Amino acid sequence: MNNFLLFPIIIPFFFAMILMFGRNNIAYQRITTLFGLVLSIICAAGLVSKVYEDGPQIVTFGNWPVPFGITMVSDMVSALLVLTTLILALFIVWYGFASIGKEREKFFYYSGIMFILTGVNGAFTTGDIFNLFVFFEVLLMSSYLLIVLGGEKAQLRESIKYILVNVISSALFVITVAYLYSVVGTLNMADISLKIAEIDQPGILTVIAVLFLLVFGMKAAIFPIYFWLPSAYSAPPIPVLALFGALLTKVGVYSITRTYTLFFTHDLSFTHELLLILSILTIVAGCIGALAHFDVKQIIIYNIVIAVGVILFGVAQMNEAGLEGAVLYLIHDMIIKAALFMLIGIVIYVTGTTNLRKMGGLMKTYPALGWFYLIAAFGLVGVPPLSGFIGKLLIVRGGFEAANTWTTILVLASSIIVLLSAMRIFIYAFWGEQGQLSSKVQKNKYNRLFIPTALLVVLSIFYGIGTEWLMPFMGDAAKVLVDPSIYTNAVMKGGN
Amino acid sequence: MKTNDVIIQFTAKIVFFMIFFYAVHIFFAGHYTPGGGFVGGLVTASAIVLLIVAFDLKTVQTILPINYIYMVAIGLILALGTAAISMFTGKPFFTHFFDYFNLPILGKTSLHTAALFDLGVYLVVVGVTMTIIQTIGEDE
Repeated sequence: MNNFLLFPIIIPFFFAMILMFGRNNIAYQRITTLFGLVLSIICAAGLVSKVYEDGPQIVTFGNWPVPFGITMVSDMVSALLVLTTLILALFIVWYGFASIGKEREKFFYYSGIMFILTGVNGAFTTGDIFNLFVFFEVLLMSSYLLIVLGGEKAQLRESIKYILVNVISSALFVITVAYLYSVVGTLNMADISLKIAEIDQPGILTVIAVLFLLVFGMKAAIFPIYFWLPSAYSAPPIPVLALFGALLTKVGVYSITRTYTLFFTHDLSFTHELLLILSILTIVAGCIGALAHFDVKQIIIYNIVIAVGVILFGVAQMNEAGLEGAVLYLIHDMIIKAALFMLIGIVIYVTGTTNLRKMGGLMKTYPALGWFYLIAAFGLVGVPPLSGFIGKLLIVRGGFEAANTWTTILVLASSIIVLLSAMRIFIYAFWGEQGQLSSKVQKNKYNRLFIPTALLVVLSIFYGIGTEWLMPFMGDAAKVLVDPSIYTNAVMKGGN
Repeated sequence: MKTNDVIIQFTAKIVFFMIFFYAVHIFFAGHYTPGGGFVGGLVTASAIVLLIVAFDLKTVQTILPINYIYMVAIGLILALGTAAISMFTGKPFFTHFFDYFNLPILGKTSLHTAALFDLGVYLVVVGVTMTIIQTIGEDE
């Protein structure tokens, strides 16, 4: 029993409520948001070190005994993801000060961000499958607010699609949880894991596993249900896009990882084979999209799809190297996607267009932007020693260890396509003849956009170089995923 | 054409209080029997909607000058605060406390912190419902 693990969820929640007051006072809104985020980051960092020292932390609400109460579990995977989420939110909020606009700031933009963090952190932390649904709803409700906030024509059009897709997948989620409950008779995730192991996963549970893949896959944007993502994500302004791109699909990826390592581990030849095939198809679909578009936003958005495929490929291997790589790559991808969206946000700001064909020659006018973009692009691809390298290396090693030779080679080949798609932005926008330049660029605003972005890129460099020091944490995370008994033992014994 | 709404306005003034006190009854009944903050909140909101139908939005806003968004925020803080009390006493989050007290007039009464949580729910439900209805109503 330890309430400390709840702080990264409760603090954003509390600050979201406070931010509902005084919505016209922008200085108050900004300072309170920053204060809340810094406070949560400190708690999340404390939580990571506590989990590292003492193992998974557990609290069961209302002092109920374990399988009956709602359990919150913070193991290494979730603690690391919570910390990453909060740090990224800090950078994105900082970046948003200069670009989101007063109208949105006065209309609960910061409350929306804090509520979405409550949902995301809750989803990462919960140890109860129904509460996973509840936290999904919390983050979805806030994302509905953020996607429609501003009321531009494109936002209104896309938010209808977005809401429709998510309402359908949420309904399916509840139905799937009900199926699962009717078979195993419990909602506590550790308890489900034990019950499934007892009955050795008959066919009905494999069906439920596929249903879960469908539900979470819709959030995570895997093939073939990623169709809503490119258009929906292109509608909101860049800070919101960065937040969504970095966090929301990753919650889906986390949920697939959690259910496929904790619950459905007894029919690997079917469930994980399916996950493997889908992840490869996701990578292929993402690659095609990333090469087909000339809109910078779309190129990076399709790169989200590719990354989701790569992470899930690592999960599908079900060995320590693959899972460790998946966790490393997941966190890398959250950081680098946020950085890339922020960078192309600046590119769009200085050129006044999203069309690559109209851009050009930015290297002369904005050299620093060019170099930081190049570093981020190399990081995305995984050029050593930048952040994507070790994660992808481990995923590939996991693939070879599991004897999935051809698919692993395909994953490696996808890196080249990712490189090509990221380099295309660099070649078109930064090289060549001087293209379109926006006449409204203010040096001051440019700097305020550039500083948080540059710092985030630097952070991603440190994530790459400092992997050595992070490895013990990642190793812990992978161990929990490889061996569910660490998780279940901690919950069944530790929670009261 | 001037509509004659004397009867509905006169009735609404009385019925409003009947509905409101019924909502209070449901709210407290919810502790052991069906009812509670959610239903109580909805019933209260329906009472206010009745006033809006009988008079109009502007009049009701002058009678009840409540910022419903603040009401939602206060409700949420109350609910979270109740759940967080137990954290200060070293119990898991959301642990509730109750005891029996001898109150004047009411006699022996059980007081439960869950009622405070429910009050938070009540405020959130009234606040959200009224925000939605007012937003749609203003939109003509």
